[in-house]
Amino acid sequence: MTAILFYVFAALAVASALVVVGQRNPIYSAFGLIVTLCSLSVIFGLLGSPFIAALQVVVYAGAIMVLFLFVIMLLGVKPEDRESGGTLKAVALALALALAAEMGVVLLGADQPPASSLDASTRAVAHVLFSAPYLYAFEATSILILAALVGSIVLARRDA
Amino acid sequence: MTPSPVQQELIVAVVKVLVAFGALLTLFSVMTWAERRLLAFMQFRLGPNRTGPIGILQPVADGIKLFFKEEVAPAGANKWLFVAAPALAVFTAFLAIAVVPYGGTITLPRWGLLPGWLQGREVVLQIADLDVGILFLFAVSSLGVYSIVMAGWAANNKYTLLGGLRSSAQMFSYELALGLSWVGVIMLAGSFRIQDIVAAQAGGFWHWNFVQQVVGFAVYLVAATAEVNRTPFDLPEAETELVAGFHTEYSSMRFALLQMAEYVNMITVAAVGANLFFGGWLSPLPFLPDSPLWFFAKMLAALFFFIWLRGTLPRLRYDQLMAFGWKVLVPLATLNILVTAAVVAFVPPGWPFR
Repeated sequence: MTAILFYVFAALAVASALVVVGQRNPIYSAFGLIVTLCSLSVIFGLLGSPFIAALQVVVYAGAIMVLFLFVIMLLGVKPEDRESGGTLKAVALALALALAAEMGVVLLGADQPPASSLDASTRAVAHVLFSAPYLYAFEATSILILAALVGSIVLARRDA
Repeated sequence: MTPSPVQQELIVAVVKVLVAFGALLTLFSVMTWAERRLLAFMQFRLGPNRTGPIGILQPVADGIKLFFKEEVAPAGANKWLFVAAPALAVFTAFLAIAVVPYGGTITLPRWGLLPGWLQGREVVLQIADLDVGILFLFAVSSLGVYSIVMAGWAANNKYTLLGGLRSSAQMFSYELALGLSWVGVIMLAGSFRIQDIVAAQAGGFWHWNFVQQVVGFAVYLVAATAEVNRTPFDLPEAETELVAGFHTEYSSMRFALLQMAEYVNMITVAAVGANLFFGGWLSPLPFLPDSPLWFFAKMLAALFFFIWLRGTLPRLRYDQLMAFGWKVLVPLATLNILVTAAVVAFVPPGWPFR
């Protein structure tokens, strides 16, 4: 059952990721990315990490992609014309193959821990985040994000 | 023949889904009628009272009418997204209710009518008792925004686009306040599971969260009203400015689906409010038994409140709405979190406010 669901959503994630890069209409690309993120969230859930699964949807699919769509719709971006450059395509293909080869080597070489043995419940994640090795980094990151937020508002409103 | 344990689980789950689905559809159609009747009474009118006794068959008549109307799509509309938007709206609306419990764990009685494996079986009155129930709810409601953006954009109409953008801006602004208003409740219960949150409120109505979390409750009330686009926050369909907002170009069953999604969202918000702030299925007085009936009574009271609100308040202006959300609700909710965190950290259990 879990295996079937995993393959269904893994396929969905890959297919929608292809839509993201393959579509000429940016709106479809954005919706494709949303589907990818939701499929990934399902996979996190299947791996026994409901907390990460929920955050994946809340943060990426729910908040960030809405802003993407907003910009696309407000600016009224038109579908792109397809690039016909032959050399560019060849370079892209070569780079993609290199990347795939690298990933293959790394994945085959690594020893894979069974995912289900990890305790990734909300409580476990919170204990790791809010205890010694990660606490300061975590808090520092939150201050960094806040500073970035305030900074971007100041920059955007300088004339007002 | 006894089904295997997996099959048993599956059968129970399917029955639960069907029951919740049927109950929601019924409640939705009753709500469309009840809202019109109650609003009419508040305005010294009668409302729909011709179809069946006291007009109760009006939703059926509306349904038949909508079924037989022609489906129209504007010429420049994006066909795929135009069709997908109402489907997505209904999908997310129904998905959210899956984690909302309407009762605790019950033990099925040993009646002869039930198959043997069901007798004495313990069943949770909730479709999915997730460890991260509240976060799931938050995630699904944030996906609901896309149906509105999609509907507004796909129809290729300036009014629907503006309505859709406005709507989504409003929804994700107030989603923030909505999420923050839950944090106090989560901290008091120490869990994301809605079952745990309800259980933490046991012991009479003075233990319910709306007493200790009065600020959180106030923020929830306002943010939830805005989140489901109800008056006084129904700007997405401000007819004086935007014709009918994002669903201007929709007709027939697609329009009905969008309406259904809106009402189901309202029911979800009412049910979540009853669970988080009014003790769900717990009885208000300690000597009365707990029962799902309490939950339904609280939920219906909340739904009546939404209708009452619509009959009472005028619509806000758009800039007032955004300013209120960001400058009042979000700081208030954050302050509530700070105070609640201090109380949880420093006041030992058993003292006042714990």
